[in-house]
Amino acid sequence: MKTLIRAPGLVLRILISVLLIVIFLTPFYWMILTAFKTLGEVLAMPPKFWVESLQWQNFKDAFTRIDFLHYTRNSLIITLGTLIGQVLVVVPAAYAFARFDFKGKNWLFGTVLATMMIPGQLIFLPIFVMFAKSGLLNTYVSLIVPFIASGTAIFMLRQTFMQVPDSQLEAARLDNAREFKIIYTIMMPAAIPTLSTLALLTFIGTWNSYFFPLVWTTTDAVRTLPLGIQRLQDIEGLSPQIVMAGNMMLIVPILIVFVVARKQIIKAFTYMGVK
Amino acid sequence: MKNRSKSMKLLPYLLVAPAVMILTIFYIYPILYNVYLSFFTWNMRGPMKFAGLDNYIELFKGRDFLGTLSNTLLYMVMDVTLVMVLAMLLALFLQKNTFINRFIQTLSFTPNIISLISVSLIWMWLMNTDTGLFNYLLSLIGAGPVGWLTDKQVALFSLVLVSVWKSVGFNALIITSALGSIPAHLYEAAALDNASKQSVFFQITLKMISPTLFFLILMNIIGSFQVFETINIMTQGGPANATNTLIFSIYKQSFEYYRVGYAAAMAVVLMAIVGLITIFYFKALNRRVHYR
Repeated sequence: MKTLIRAPGLVLRILISVLLIVIFLTPFYWMILTAFKTLGEVLAMPPKFWVESLQWQNFKDAFTRIDFLHYTRNSLIITLGTLIGQVLVVVPAAYAFARFDFKGKNWLFGTVLATMMIPGQLIFLPIFVMFAKSGLLNTYVSLIVPFIASGTAIFMLRQTFMQVPDSQLEAARLDNAREFKIIYTIMMPAAIPTLSTLALLTFIGTWNSYFFPLVWTTTDAVRTLPLGIQRLQDIEGLSPQIVMAGNMMLIVPILIVFVVARKQIIKAFTYMGVK
Repeated sequence: MKNRSKSMKLLPYLLVAPAVMILTIFYIYPILYNVYLSFFTWNMRGPMKFAGLDNYIELFKGRDFLGTLSNTLLYMVMDVTLVMVLAMLLALFLQKNTFINRFIQTLSFTPNIISLISVSLIWMWLMNTDTGLFNYLLSLIGAGPVGWLTDKQVALFSLVLVSVWKSVGFNALIITSALGSIPAHLYEAAALDNASKQSVFFQITLKMISPTLFFLILMNIIGSFQVFETINIMTQGGPANATNTLIFSIYKQSFEYYRVGYAAAMAVVLMAIVGLITIFYFKALNRRVHYR
């Protein structure tokens, strides 16, 4: 009896589930499908929902039409530079905010929190002018340094450092351990989950970053892969199969990271959303 | 020993200095510098000329800025409403922790970690008027074709669709975690009182997650003011300026027409809007906390 009453509800649930899967999967499926089609198949009406033979040539074309390696190298340098810079700058700051009392601390920490509310998109122009005047235009520095002191990262790491038991810290100080040794032997090991979460967020953010590399550079010298893919669209827009192949090569590294570290990434985004 | 305690006093400042310096140089100072720039006319090459309030007067006299502002507000209202309503429905639908629900949750979250350029390129291809999948599907039911990105009545809405697809999963995820943190005894008490489904939803569920909802609304409002990538890739502000929004306009005035002061003035106005909304949010939040 109960199952009879529930049946319509269950059917509705299944229908909605299928609809949701279709909505979120179709764009990706269409990209992958297009990337393996021939130009003839791409333009065919009605469109084909499957391909006869995989056109690996599209990927080769995407790779050679733009200087794919150059853009990828820039993306890697900027992502790696931001990651290393963050550890060097954010960890000491978070440690001081978590473990020291000093004059002006609240005021300085307030500044850090306030910067979290300032949208970067609003101040790209003054920063561009600053870069132009100081000769930093089209350098790696201009795409790395502004992002290594993230307010979110300092905030998250401070919360973690505050949870390290006092006794551990006292013992180390009695042993006359240097503060930097304390940071690297006590604090950072205790914060590995937070640090790896931050590293993931930074990797995703920097790898995907399009706006700042676009507005803070005037040549291709240090431009990153997302801008390379846009260039591919500009020159090969009439060959969607090549553009989609290039686009796939931009997405795949992120998807691999997502599949591997799905739980941690979702937790990190949830944390940022409810803080 | 004495030496050590003295250096210990200086140490915290040394530890926070690099971070605070970078944040000051790249967040605090640019805001002030932006205001300064807005009082000048400058084309990035020649000398800067003091212009007083000229840039602001031009902003509010010309039709361009007001059109851009209304596009931005329209985009914001459509985007925030759709994202919040759909995310709420999605979160309620996925509330039970089953395998298929977890799968849909992960799937709906995936667009959120993909670069906006990739998302834009895919949707531009789906929304192509002649060869796009959307218009083909419409033709099956005898409708269309729709000029998703070429019809000035539709283009702004198309951009909203892309944004909703990208961010609804993330918003639903946050709402789901808020739903999960509602104490079970509230529902048990309501069940004892024989409360109706609607009143349970409005009196308990919605009330308990309202701080989260307000926070998400604020984030979505601020985010929608910054829409840029989809516009730059999919429509370039067209057709007929229908998708020309504030950040895109600031970008164009800066790097296409080299009107630095005018663009800076636009940024100041947008900053003021975002600032006011943020202050209003925190004021409202404070009152709520006191009320409790």
